[in-house]
Amino acid sequence: MPVGLVTVSYIGSIILFILALGGLSNPETSRRGNAYGITGMTIAVLATVFGPQVDVYVIIIICMLIGGTIGFILALKVQMTQMPELVAILHSLVGMAAVLVGYVNFMDPHAAAQFSGAEKTIHDIEIYIGVLIGAVTFTGSVIAFGKLSGKIGGAPMLLPARHWLNLGLLIAAIWYGIQFVNASDIDSGMLPLMIMTGIAFAFGIHMVMAIGGADMPVVISMLNSYSGWAAAATGFMLSNDLLIVVGALVGSSGAILSYIMCRAMNRNFIAVIAGGFGTESAGTAGLTSDQGEVIAVDTEEVANLLLDAKEIMIIPGYGMAVAQAQHTVYEITKTLRDKGINVRFGIHPVAGRMPGHMNVLLAEAHVPYDIVFEMDEVNEDFPDVDVSVIIGANDIVNPSAQDDPNSPIAGMPVLECWKGKTTIVLKRSMATGYAGIQNPLFFKENTRMYFGDAKESLDAVLKIISA
Amino acid sequence: MRIGIPKEIFSGERRVATTPEVAEQLHKLGFTIAVEAGAGESANFSDDAYREAGAEIIQDTKSIWSASDIILKVRAPVTNSDLGVDETQLLHEGQTLISFIWPAQNKNLMDRLAAKKVNVLAMDSVPRISRAQKLDALSSMANIAGYRAVIEAAQHFGRFFTGQITAAGKIPPAKVMIIGAGVAGLSAIGTAKSLGAIVRAFDTRPEVKEQVESMNAEFLELDFKEEGSGVGGYAKVMSKEFIKAEMELFARQAMEVDIIITTALIPGKPAPELITESMVKTMQYGSVIVDMAAEQGGNCALTEAGKVVVKEGVTIIGYTDLPSRLPTQSSQLYATNIRHLLADMTPEKNGEITIDMEDEVIRGTTVIKAGEITWPPPAPKLSAAPPAKTVAEEKPRAVKEKKKPLLSPAASAVLTVLIGGLCFYGIGISAPSTFMQHFTVFVLACFVGYMVIWNVTPALHTPLMSVTNAISSIIVIGALIQVSTSNTLLAGIAAFGILITSINIFGGFAVTQRMLQMFRR
Repeated sequence: MPVGLVTVSYIGSIILFILALGGLSNPETSRRGNAYGITGMTIAVLATVFGPQVDVYVIIIICMLIGGTIGFILALKVQMTQMPELVAILHSLVGMAAVLVGYVNFMDPHAAAQFSGAEKTIHDIEIYIGVLIGAVTFTGSVIAFGKLSGKIGGAPMLLPARHWLNLGLLIAAIWYGIQFVNASDIDSGMLPLMIMTGIAFAFGIHMVMAIGGADMPVVISMLNSYSGWAAAATGFMLSNDLLIVVGALVGSSGAILSYIMCRAMNRNFIAVIAGGFGTESAGTAGLTSDQGEVIAVDTEEVANLLLDAKEIMIIPGYGMAVAQAQHTVYEITKTLRDKGINVRFGIHPVAGRMPGHMNVLLAEAHVPYDIVFEMDEVNEDFPDVDVSVIIGANDIVNPSAQDDPNSPIAGMPVLECWKGKTTIVLKRSMATGYAGIQNPLFFKENTRMYFGDAKESLDAVLKIISA
Repeated sequence: MRIGIPKEIFSGERRVATTPEVAEQLHKLGFTIAVEAGAGESANFSDDAYREAGAEIIQDTKSIWSASDIILKVRAPVTNSDLGVDETQLLHEGQTLISFIWPAQNKNLMDRLAAKKVNVLAMDSVPRISRAQKLDALSSMANIAGYRAVIEAAQHFGRFFTGQITAAGKIPPAKVMIIGAGVAGLSAIGTAKSLGAIVRAFDTRPEVKEQVESMNAEFLELDFKEEGSGVGGYAKVMSKEFIKAEMELFARQAMEVDIIITTALIPGKPAPELITESMVKTMQYGSVIVDMAAEQGGNCALTEAGKVVVKEGVTIIGYTDLPSRLPTQSSQLYATNIRHLLADMTPEKNGEITIDMEDEVIRGTTVIKAGEITWPPPAPKLSAAPPAKTVAEEKPRAVKEKKKPLLSPAASAVLTVLIGGLCFYGIGISAPSTFMQHFTVFVLACFVGYMVIWNVTPALHTPLMSVTNAISSIIVIGALIQVSTSNTLLAGIAAFGILITSINIFGGFAVTQRMLQMFRR
């Protein structure tokens, strides 16, 4: 296949990738979008394989078969509640690949021979940056996977003087970068590159370890962004525009998602990455005061409240994912809707452990997407809502975000369920949410607490309302 | 333990201390229940209904009093004229009486009960704290009284409450003023509002303004600052100047409104006189005043307790038994309040009560323990309204904590552009042309990505992440090119790279497809 044809194929697949992302603007067009993505990837791979630079086919076929099989099995076996883990571990693979490609490119004498002077310097910097980002993405994603799957504790690990440690790592990485660029041949450049890779690995681990469980949406989208930048850096290294474009697309996608998540928590991106929650602002404001008693209700009362309502808003949180209660939630929704009750879902942008996590869980349980709404779409409607049902959510429905300027979550946009007539909160116990602050919602006069495991509780409610 | 429910003998009292439904629930707590024949009749609960709920029906009044461990009543004990004996005399040592007592007003009764060496829990002495709300019988009764007050007013008022435009002409809505926005007042506001009237309310406690406005009623305000909240969320006596301003307001309103409902009470004091004779005179003919404070002397100068009188063309209703005029409803709520109290006292659910004087709610409710008068209780720990001082303290703190941003938005925007420009200048001056071509592509691609991604619906953010993850494994192209090298080690590394990116390509697209299949309308 001549070079011109390869380039044209690359342009074609770039267009297809952009269309794939564009398709996601609507669930209707999203499936077609994914098909565009698959086509684009197929064209890109085939064009490369049959292009002038490749002449070994057997190894490629074997590797792709093995990898593809593993990928398919993972994709088919994964539970929807485990999506964040899967995405995290897949990110780590992109990071690893960027590291490997960078090393090979550096060690290949033919590749290095093409450049001289300023071009050589730039090429070295490209390799260095590509490996650096790839390495951070790799370990960061592995740790994120560990945290999300519960293999590593979710609490932030805060080393003393961690900001200085990070700064030290950064300076070291720059210093070895200079060493690397100045190195005259492959052998003398190898050592700085390897040391830097080690530093980047350590940095990735340290960065994600310091971030707590509920900040995971930000971390995942940040790693998503990094994997894109790693691909773009590799594209520069290989002088390949396809990689640059796709890397830039993915990188900006992840960056925008991070930004959306940060805005939804009213937190600064730097503050999230620096780790910890409310460590600087005094988190005691909500903790100290005795807020009175909660009103607990039993299954029957919950069922009666639901049956008497005309407008119901369900607000799911991470607790619903943990309890795997989404199918029961759907059964209840269906039963109530059949009785002419308008049941809707209100989703906070950071509910769950990754952007859009709740939407996927509800979609899995066959909840039609046109009754699932974003926070901004429904927040005005709460005064007309008869019953809001909070399932395993806490901080995203905390009124102190609006009322208490001293609260660690002050200013965070929240779902204003307390403006409705009644709120039912499903909770295992009176433990505080991720931010570690008490929720005044639970003590409001129109709030009813329904204690117990979300799934068991809802199963019991379903039994009564469908009887 | 055995619970006995005697028939109420106070004249005109239609309520009963337990309904069949509650009797059944008390049964579950381990109690046995005995009900005097006909006790629930005037509240529309038949003896058969009690029998079905597992209660025993007893004909003889005396045996109900003598054979029960706990006596549940509505009214405080009075003299039974049929038997010619005071109900306190029917009690014996070790028994527990739960009913309304009003210990402050009934010193004599308290002494007689104490002499009998019984335990007495007064439903009117439940502390006003959040935890005790479920057994606050005063609130339950006040709620009913407020509702009934509006119904009584409607009964005696010659017009609609709601405004209408009919073929026969326009009907203006009735104007209702409610003085005192406690539980009864708020209930009256809600009832009058739902009948369609224009409702205004006044209260000396400024914190109720929000509650009044939340019910879409107008809160009448004085041009005068004085805090009217006493201990426990009740009102207190106000200063002379305040009262003068208040009376001027009422005088103005009296000329305008059709219906006045007064609920103003101060604990342990006679009701304040708020509607004077001259105000009644200025009211329109056919107007109605419901004086819910009639029993404590009345808020209106012309009220006659227990009666409906017409003076100066204004109907003045002074009923003192408004809750009893809705006997089924008030019995239900009162019985439920008592059930909550008993449930709190029998934590083991074995039908044995314990009077735990460490428990703030039980302590406050218990007015006599084993013949010893324990009333009044120590002051409640928590008041419904926080003291005003803390608010004043917190304000300057909040202001202080608002940090000024380092730079104004405009300055930071200029700075960003400047730094960005310098970076581009640096790159442009030093980088070779081949790099610049790629750099152009890179920057443009970032912008395309920015535009496309903002259009993605938030519901599809998870599929977006998995699909971007899949396409970011385009990095496989690097490995594909490298695998053809002659160096075995490098080829091996590249082959491994192909393998792991393939996992990503296939896994990423497949899982995205799986997710998108689930999004159905």
